[in-house]
Amino acid sequence: MESVRSDPGPQAGDSALTVKILVAGGFGVGKTTLVSAVSEIRPLRTEEALTEKSIGVDDTSAVQNKTTTTVAMDFGRITLPNGLVLFVFGTPGQDRFWFMWDELAKGALGAVVLVDTRRLADCFPSVDYFERRGVPFIIGVNRFDGAGQHTPDQVRDALDLSPDIPVVDCDVRDRESAKQVLITLVEHIMRTMSGRGALTH
Amino acid sequence: MSPESAWYDDAAGPVVRPYALTGGRTHYAAEFDMVALIVALAHPADLAGQHSGTPGAAAAQWAPDPEHEMILELCRTPLSVVEIASELELPLGVVRVLLGDLLDRSLIEVRRPAPVAQFPSERVLKEVIDGIRAL
Repeated sequence: MESVRSDPGPQAGDSALTVKILVAGGFGVGKTTLVSAVSEIRPLRTEEALTEKSIGVDDTSAVQNKTTTTVAMDFGRITLPNGLVLFVFGTPGQDRFWFMWDELAKGALGAVVLVDTRRLADCFPSVDYFERRGVPFIIGVNRFDGAGQHTPDQVRDALDLSPDIPVVDCDVRDRESAKQVLITLVEHIMRTMSGRGALTH
Repeated sequence: MSPESAWYDDAAGPVVRPYALTGGRTHYAAEFDMVALIVALAHPADLAGQHSGTPGAAAAQWAPDPEHEMILELCRTPLSVVEIASELELPLGVVRVLLGDLLDRSLIEVRRPAPVAQFPSERVLKEVIDGIRAL
């Protein structure tokens, strides 16, 4: 499939300095909590309605008799001192909303995949998606009370990740921890782009 | 029969409910990125002139909805497409149709996101890091 990052960009001049970071992972893993922790605004929620066109790309057995199905996304906004506006989007959890992922991933700087070590498999679809699309991502291991103390290296092995992908512990309820996750991601993006020779100065 | 009710005859089949607001239209000519910024070029009050008496067939046939006015009000300062959708509590697709109406009539300006994801500069990425640190 064609890379979502290969679209020609709009002409410079009338562009807005807005950038997107995605937060993915299974249901209940803390995506919205992370978005809330860093957003300058109360996280907002937007919905998209599935039309026939979007229903056609996935399993229709569950939705064929419905005329409306909506997918909700939570997002936050961070205005940086230089005027850049950073949007942080929590991705919809369910597989049948993949059509929305393409739109979210288009033009995204990168993604944080949140992992709950008690339900590691929940993050597999997100990891697969970002690997396939060449979207830079890192793994954030959200430390839930009662979760086993797996080391980042154990998580990396279990996910069969390439060694250059950062795996970091975090507590997404904590603002400083959430900020550090995003910083780790952007630093990883810099290294990735630098390695591809795609980075401009 | 009003233009809206014309969509609800028996032959129309099931209508996705949120799109009732757009008269059933789900397509829009322009592409509105989720994080494109929209800037109003007119005041909501100016829409009143669009109802009648405006030269041109397209304008004469157009009956703006309250949502069109709300978008112009919201976008007196630049606002992203996704935030407009959230404020209006409407699906993105519906908001895009409404934005298309406004763009067709040159009532808004669209500032598309800079292609930083395709060609990120080290400077921009460093600024993002510094900005997050300073939160």
